[in-house]
Amino acid sequence: MTTTAAPARQAPETGQPKGTSFASATWLVAEREVKSFLRTKGFWIGIGVIVAALFALSILPGLFGGGQTSIAAVGTDASRTLQGSDLEVRQVADRQEAEQLVRAEQVDAAVLPDLTGQSATGVRVLALSSPPTDVIAALNTAPPVDLLETSEVDGAQSTIVVMAFSVVFMMFAMGGIAIAQSTVTEKQTRIVEILVATIPVRALLAGKILGQFLLTLGQLVIVAVAAPIALQLGGHTDLLRLIAPALGWFIPFLLVAFVLLASLWAVAGSLVSRQEDLGSSMSLVMILVLGPYFGVTFFSENETVLTVLSYVPFSAGLAMPVRMFNEQAQVWEALLSLGILAASVVLVAALATRLYSGSLLQTGGKVALSKAWRRAD
Amino acid sequence: MLQVKSVSRSFGDHRVLQDISFDVRPGRMTGFVGANGSGKTTTMRIILGVLAAHGGAVTWRDTPVTQPVRQRFGYMPEERGLYPKMKIAEQITWFARLHGLDQATARRNTDRLLAQLDLTERANEALENLSLGNQQRVQIAAALVHEPEMLILDEPFSGLDPIAVEVVLAVLREHAAAGVPVLFSSHQLELVERLCDDLVILSGGNIAAAGGRDELRGRFGTERFELVVDTDAGWLRDQPDVRIVDIDGPRAVFELSSTAGPQADQEVLRAAMQRGQVRTFAPVIPSLSEIFKEAV
Repeated sequence: MTTTAAPARQAPETGQPKGTSFASATWLVAEREVKSFLRTKGFWIGIGVIVAALFALSILPGLFGGGQTSIAAVGTDASRTLQGSDLEVRQVADRQEAEQLVRAEQVDAAVLPDLTGQSATGVRVLALSSPPTDVIAALNTAPPVDLLETSEVDGAQSTIVVMAFSVVFMMFAMGGIAIAQSTVTEKQTRIVEILVATIPVRALLAGKILGQFLLTLGQLVIVAVAAPIALQLGGHTDLLRLIAPALGWFIPFLLVAFVLLASLWAVAGSLVSRQEDLGSSMSLVMILVLGPYFGVTFFSENETVLTVLSYVPFSAGLAMPVRMFNEQAQVWEALLSLGILAASVVLVAALATRLYSGSLLQTGGKVALSKAWRRAD
Repeated sequence: MLQVKSVSRSFGDHRVLQDISFDVRPGRMTGFVGANGSGKTTTMRIILGVLAAHGGAVTWRDTPVTQPVRQRFGYMPEERGLYPKMKIAEQITWFARLHGLDQATARRNTDRLLAQLDLTERANEALENLSLGNQQRVQIAAALVHEPEMLILDEPFSGLDPIAVEVVLAVLREHAAAGVPVLFSSHQLELVERLCDDLVILSGGNIAAAGGRDELRGRFGTERFELVVDTDAGWLRDQPDVRIVDIDGPRAVFELSSTAGPQADQEVLRAAMQRGQVRTFAPVIPSLSEIFKEAV
């Protein structure tokens, strides 16, 4: 046995490894995360369902619902003008009767003789809350339109947009569950011990969030490509024109909100040691996802509630884009809300890192938050 | 050289490690033994920075062990775990890159290790499809793939069949021969005895003994002798300075009392030869388990 040791292995084949920087460690974790998800069937099924739902929502109502647009026509001029169109024309006696039918929503619009001389076609169109495009199209030239209830945005369209935003928001907020699951997998298989011995815990957390963020972004791109096609096929080109600027706000809010929730999902995952226990630790995060979703869906008509929700970090990601779409908020409000959201991301991410580090290596049952906080050494 | 200096650690009120210090020297296999709960795993976790020490320090080449330093260590935790659904070659390469190797080197090292560990044919299978023994080999590959400058292995042989033990042993020896300090814990004392150059014995959170294997033998193993004669060896009982450990007809194992002179063994031999034929007269080397019992 020799007591003088051979020189320590200084140069493995291609020189000393440079060591992994924080950024490259984060990237390696993210890359693995993305690759492993792209390989799961569930991921692709999920995307398939979303795209299918998108097409179904925009095309099916046109096929089954509504049918012909019905028109109440006053006077012979109006009837004559509408001849040859595929509108269902109902002859009525006077403007009063036509107006009643429109208000009762028994007809979609009414066509009246124009008495002011403003109209080139000699007729006016009467509708409830938005200009009936197909009627106007049937009249060839655009006659003046009188709206009985003015609104910046069509109520029905607004409902669809709020619904669409909510569903997409939910989808991405819930996408964070994958972070919780992958964290538990690493705890359950104990691989976390090697990971923690090799790279900083912050890099592990950041990599997980980045990986899921990229996956989410990818899904978003697929939705962004599929949505216009679906809307076009469903004949909702006007809706598309309307949604486009609102998406400009929705996307940044969605992405920042994602990071906020993702940090929390990671903590939820780190608190338990087995997949079976995940449900219990995820319930709080679930509330933070579902709360805003139901809040905004129920109160989309209530401007006061919506205004409050648009500044609360957890609901801002959904509420503010809806307000921007409804043209209820100024640009500075959106920027302020985005600022608040970004600030809370920084704060929550810092808290989450501490809780995540404190609980990651503790196995056996659920780790109490207070214990996770103290153990973060 | 890795040095553990006065490291302490408590869990709640329970003090698990009390001021422990020892060295792991380059090119040597250091066996880390101790009863369950004596603090072996805790010590290893502290060296790897997985746990924080509550006192003391760990240094590598006289500088504190920080995260970048640790990245060049190879670690095999007691509780095994890799990604179950990831292909093994891909997984090992990923770990190499996580330790700072570039893709090409990572690939090359992976292929070489898989060949050494007889896993080349399974390279593209998901880990979960392998037997537990083979998963263990993959785990070892993951700890070695980045050409670590220091190896820390918690129970590297548990769960391995005898052939796999030899395979892993050969790989570890190769690393030690190249100058890498290797610290490994094991319950299999016979294996540690065969394998280690140095020994650290932990007992109840304290170092019971640490040093070269042979030095510890000298220190803790009381010198014993075996004597085999043709007739009954019962006369030994009346010999001065002799304490009988075991006697069975012509065969006896005895110790010399601490007051015996340096020539006491020769006197016993002479007395035996006066009585007849002596078939065996030899010192008995204490086994590790005896040292262990003695030290703890």
